[in-house]
Amino acid sequence: MRDVAVIGVGCTTFGEKWHSSFRDLFVEAGALALEDAQLSGEKIDAMYVGNMSAGRFIEQEHIGALIADYAGMATRHIPSTRVEAACASGGLAFRQAVIAVASGMEDIVVAAGVEKMTDVEPGATTDALTGAADREWEGFVGATFPGLYAMIAKDYMHKYAMTREQLAQVAVKNHYNGARNPIAQYQQEITLDTVLKSTMVADPLRLFDCSPITDGAAAVILAPLDRAREFTDTPIRVLATAQASDSIALHDRRDISTLDATVAAGQRAFKMAKLTHKEINMVEVHDCFSIAEICAIEDLGFCKKGTAGKFTADGETALGGKIPVNTSGGLKACGHPVGATGIKQVYEIIQQLRGEAGKRQIDGAKIGMTHNVGGTGATVAVHILGRI
Amino acid sequence: MTVARFWRKIPQRYNLIGTKCQTCHRHFFPPRTFCPDCRREGKIVDHKFIGKGTIVTFTIIQTAPDQFTSRGPYVLAIIRLDEGPQMTSQVVCDPSEAKIGMRVKSIFRRIATDGESGIIHYGTKFMPE
Repeated sequence: MRDVAVIGVGCTTFGEKWHSSFRDLFVEAGALALEDAQLSGEKIDAMYVGNMSAGRFIEQEHIGALIADYAGMATRHIPSTRVEAACASGGLAFRQAVIAVASGMEDIVVAAGVEKMTDVEPGATTDALTGAADREWEGFVGATFPGLYAMIAKDYMHKYAMTREQLAQVAVKNHYNGARNPIAQYQQEITLDTVLKSTMVADPLRLFDCSPITDGAAAVILAPLDRAREFTDTPIRVLATAQASDSIALHDRRDISTLDATVAAGQRAFKMAKLTHKEINMVEVHDCFSIAEICAIEDLGFCKKGTAGKFTADGETALGGKIPVNTSGGLKACGHPVGATGIKQVYEIIQQLRGEAGKRQIDGAKIGMTHNVGGTGATVAVHILGRI
Repeated sequence: MTVARFWRKIPQRYNLIGTKCQTCHRHFFPPRTFCPDCRREGKIVDHKFIGKGTIVTFTIIQTAPDQFTSRGPYVLAIIRLDEGPQMTSQVVCDPSEAKIGMRVKSIFRRIATDGESGIIHYGTKFMPE
C-alpha cells in the first residue's frame, strides 16, 4: 500500500443557508479545495462523496453523477461515487478515497461531503434522520434520535457518577470553540445556565445537548505522499484509516453506554499508525449529543470509562487541556450537515496541523484524530493524520 | 408506511412473536431469520414471548413525531425480556414512575396513525407489572 497525503482542503460556512442550494454548496467547497491545492480540476482522477439523505432532503438521488457534472467533470467521465452510512457518510467517503489512492488504483482523488437539510420542514428532516436507527423496531415504536441518545445518557448516569452540570460542560466548551471558528453555525459562547435551562427534548437531554440542523459541504484532495509536494508545501499524511460496525439498533448492544464500534475502530487506527492516545494532540469526535462526546473520549481511550464528565469539567478537553476535543466547535456549535461532518472533521484537523486554526490553534500540533459515528454507533470511522 | 409493510409484521407487533435458534437456544426479539452465533448451523423457529421484562434504560420523549398518538410526553424504554433479548418500546405509566430495573409486562395498544386517512398502527407497549 502507498502512503497517502492530503494536499488541499475546502469548506463552506455552516448554517441555515437559505441562499445556497445543494449544488451551490458542494461546488463552493470543491472550488476552495482545488484552490488550496493549486490544482486544476483536470488532474482529478476520481471522487467519493458522503451524503446521507439527499433523497429525503431534496428529493434527489444519483448524487455521484450530479456532483461530477456540476463540478465540471462530466465531459471527462471520471468515476464519482456516493457513499452512505448515515452521519458517518463523510468519514467513509474519506476512507474510500484513502483506499483508492493507497491501492495505486487512482492518484488524485477528491473526498467530499454535503448535506442540504433546510429545504424540507423540520419534521421531515427529523424523520429522515430517524432512518439512521432501526426504522422497524425503534422508529416505528416512537424512538427519536434525541430519545435514543437520552437512553444512552440515562444508562451512563445510572452506572457512573456524572452530574448534569458535567454533561452540560461539553456544550459550553464546544460553543467556546465554535465562537473562535469562522465557519461555525453558532459563534456565540454560552454558560452552563443556557444548557440547564433550555427546553427538555428527551430526559435528561435538553435542546443545548443536541447538535442542530445544518446546511454545508466540505472537500479534501488526496494524493500519493511521494507526489504531494508537487501541489503543496504542507502535505498532511494519513497515518491511519479504520472503520467498524455494530448492531443497527441500540437495544442489541453489549453495553448501552459503550460504543463498541468506536472501541474497535479506535484500536485498529492506533495499531495501524503505531501510536497511542498519548501522542494525539487534538481530536474531533462525533458529539451529535453531549453524551456522545462523553462516550467517545472514553471509548477512544483518552480517559477511563466513567470519568469523562469530571475530565471535561476539569477542562482537560478544552483548548489548552490535556487533549483538546472538538476545537472546531464540534457538531454542537460548528453544526452538523450530516454527510459533510466527517470531511469537516478532517478539514479542522488539517487546519490545526498546518497551524492555520487562528484563535483556536493548538500550539505545536503534530498529530490529530477524527471520529465519525453513524446512527447510535452502528458505523464508526476513525482517522489519524500527521504533520510531516 | 404502506399497508403491506405494516400487515406482514402483525403477528410480531401484536403478539410478540419472535424467533429462537434450536441449535443454541438463543431467543430473538425483534425476530431474526439468521442466528448470528450458529450461522448456517442454526435452526430458526417462531417463538411467542411471555411478555414480561425489566427496564434497562429509558427516557421521557417531550418532542414527538406527528404520527404518534400520544405525542408526548411518553416513556420510551429498552426492555430486557425474561427470555433474554432486549427491545425498544413505550411504557404506559406516569413518567415520574419509570425507573431502571422496574418490572413491566406487555399490553396491546395503539402506537401511531398515518394522518387522518391512513392506517392506525397497533402493537405492543408495556406497563408496570
